[in-house]
Amino acid sequence: MSEAATAKVFKPAPPVDRITVKVDGQVVVVPKLSPDWQGKLVPTTMIQACEAAGVTIPHYCYHPQLPVAGNCRMCLVEFGTPALGPDRKPVTNPDGSAVINKSPRPAIACATPVSPGMEIYANTPGVKAMRQGVLEFLLINHPLDCPICDQAGECKLQEYSVEYGQSATRFVEAKVHKPKAVDLGPRIMLDDERCILCTRCIRFTRDFVGDDALGIVNRGSYNTIATYPGHKFDNNYTLNTVDLCPVGALTSKDFRFEMRVWFLRETKSVCPSCGTGCNLLIGSRENRIYRYTPRDNPAVNGPWMCDAGRLDYKWIARDDRLKDARGSRPEVRTWRDVLAELAGRLRPATAGSVAIVASARLTNEELYLIRKLAQRLGAATDTIPHLGDGDRLLVNADKNPNTAGARLLGISAKPAGANLNDFAAGIRDGLIKTLIVFREDVTRFGLGADLLGRLDTLVASNVLPNETTKLAHFVLPGCAPAEKRGSFTNIHGRVQRITKAVEPPGDARPEWEFLGELLELITDRRAPATIEGLFNQMAGEVPAFHGLRWAALGDSGVTMPLEPGK
Amino acid sequence: MTFAVPANLEAEIDELVSHYPQKRSASLMVLHALQDHFGYLTPAAMEWTAAKLGLQPINVLELVTFYPMFRQQPVGRFHLKICRTLSCALGGSHELHRQLCAKLGLDAHAHGAQTTKDGRFTVEFVECLASCGTAPVMMVNDDFYEGVTPQKADEIIGKYTS
Ligand code: SF4
Ligand code: FES
Ligand code: FES
Repeated sequence: MSEAATAKVFKPAPPVDRITVKVDGQVVVVPKLSPDWQGKLVPTTMIQACEAAGVTIPHYCYHPQLPVAGNCRMCLVEFGTPALGPDRKPVTNPDGSAVINKSPRPAIACATPVSPGMEIYANTPGVKAMRQGVLEFLLINHPLDCPICDQAGECKLQEYSVEYGQSATRFVEAKVHKPKAVDLGPRIMLDDERCILCTRCIRFTRDFVGDDALGIVNRGSYNTIATYPGHKFDNNYTLNTVDLCPVGALTSKDFRFEMRVWFLRETKSVCPSCGTGCNLLIGSRENRIYRYTPRDNPAVNGPWMCDAGRLDYKWIARDDRLKDARGSRPEVRTWRDVLAELAGRLRPATAGSVAIVASARLTNEELYLIRKLAQRLGAATDTIPHLGDGDRLLVNADKNPNTAGARLLGISAKPAGANLNDFAAGIRDGLIKTLIVFREDVTRFGLGADLLGRLDTLVASNVLPNETTKLAHFVLPGCAPAEKRGSFTNIHGRVQRITKAVEPPGDARPEWEFLGELLELITDRRAPATIEGLFNQMAGEVPAFHGLRWAALGDSGVTMPLEPGK
Repeated sequence: MTFAVPANLEAEIDELVSHYPQKRSASLMVLHALQDHFGYLTPAAMEWTAAKLGLQPINVLELVTFYPMFRQQPVGRFHLKICRTLSCALGGSHELHRQLCAKLGLDAHAHGAQTTKDGRFTVEFVECLASCGTAPVMMVNDDFYEGVTPQKADEIIGKYTS
């Protein structure tokens, strides 16, 4: 109690947590401290204040998710601070405004903290001249090979050249030549002549990934990004350096010379390769996917994604994709006939005679429809876990993108896969007569061909052929996540949308579409015709989804408490 | 590859390292010690240094390629380092370099350090040797020569060839 009294007497000045500055004459109030790349609070910098004022400062080396290096000098601005009189009080003009002492030299906006009353001048002739100067130096030894550069169209050198570049070069000396097409590692090719030495790649690799693999060798205009001779640049995140590199120096071996980026249509979606669900952009053209790039979502992946997820799109364009719906007889091959025949077989099935091996690679909406189907048929369900390597950053050991969704919807056994033995026994004993398999090859998980041969009806839905689809009486060709809409629930309970970027091949269709139709044929009740309607119905019906609405998911998703009531 | 640091050198290096609050701060001193002993820095020496200081070899390679005083090739028995920074350049260091190259049968226009066929002399430009008032200056191994006139240069070479 007496402490409180003392505190009253010696009440410290309230902490100054906001600072008012002017950017090009515009007043902005910014927090005194802002999170750095690791989230630690450090003094707010000029570049952040300018951002808050809506003034973008050109920059190369600065990246909000990396330690500040301050080496490129592109972000130089002019500034002034309030003049102080001998009494350390601000001197004022006759009109009451503060007298500003303009600094005789510029400062780098990325590394200079703001102070109260500071005025930042981001667009003066002097600042423009500095930007021009920096750019001119950066281009001196640059090969200017934009026509064949993969970065063209999304290159900061090009962008700033439009604003601050000059149409003619004043450089008459010989350019320094550096190594080209340097094979840095299994996925990365480096053109050292295009490098502007911003060190973003070094900082990301060393400080974020924790793999001190890259460095700058030699000195002055011979500075060169390199690995130690014989060492490969190979970690789970190397391809992020391609995104980070503001120029075309670091390129993806996979995407190199494949497509001009301005032809790519970008579709916002989510990576289906593990339980993390990194947000990404699908770059496609004319129904073909050319690349995945990460899409910034601070709640999930920040601006990064792993290399494996990024390259996990090739199978979508495989020639042997399942393209035709197939019923038990050759003449049954339109979707309408196949589903009608299948519904005819399922409708009279007795409870316990049908088992469903679903997949945590399917969307929430699809699993919801499977749940309804299972409820109607009195069928037991399960999913098969797929575990691999995880790391301490983004890669999750769970290689299914929707394990949480399958659990919340009651599709997976506890633990997932625990029912498979019962399924095998049920088939062996003749109790289970119909098995419906989604996206799995159950022959690899204890339900071998001999067992499957005992079934009256084997239904397989998949995107690629496997032993199970070969043995199936009914084949229902489905879609890659990039070919349909829906949502996944990641390992932390975040529900995120996936979006269609390309058309599926042949007659393949989104699973939720044909599942809805099958359900209607069996129950005479129509399922919602849109993903929106389906999601909203699911979230209203399944308590674990807390009445979420599709619209609320937005582009970056919503995290639900995974254990309601706890 | 056999790269062995003699026990007494390693003890000396460990002692050097102990002077620094962070091991990596001793990098330059360790490299100098190795170069003094072996004459130049091989990949094995750099890897040894990295392991000793808890670094990656790339960190060491950065230093070795940045600082001109570190070399990755052997030099001649007598290493002539001619300053070419401003004061010495004005004071005639390029003439001095040309004269020495001509005398030793080396190409004055070639880039970087050059060594005579007999492995006796290496001639190289270096940056400021911190005696700008007595330009041009040069060093031969650890000996320092100031105000090196053409005549003085001949004498110096004579001293090492005799
Ligand atoms: S390779 Fe790219 S990211 Fe790395 S230093 Fe050069 S310009 Fe910067
Ligand atoms: S962005 Fe500020 S110095 Fe590079
Ligand atoms: S310029 Fe030659 S010693 Fe300084």
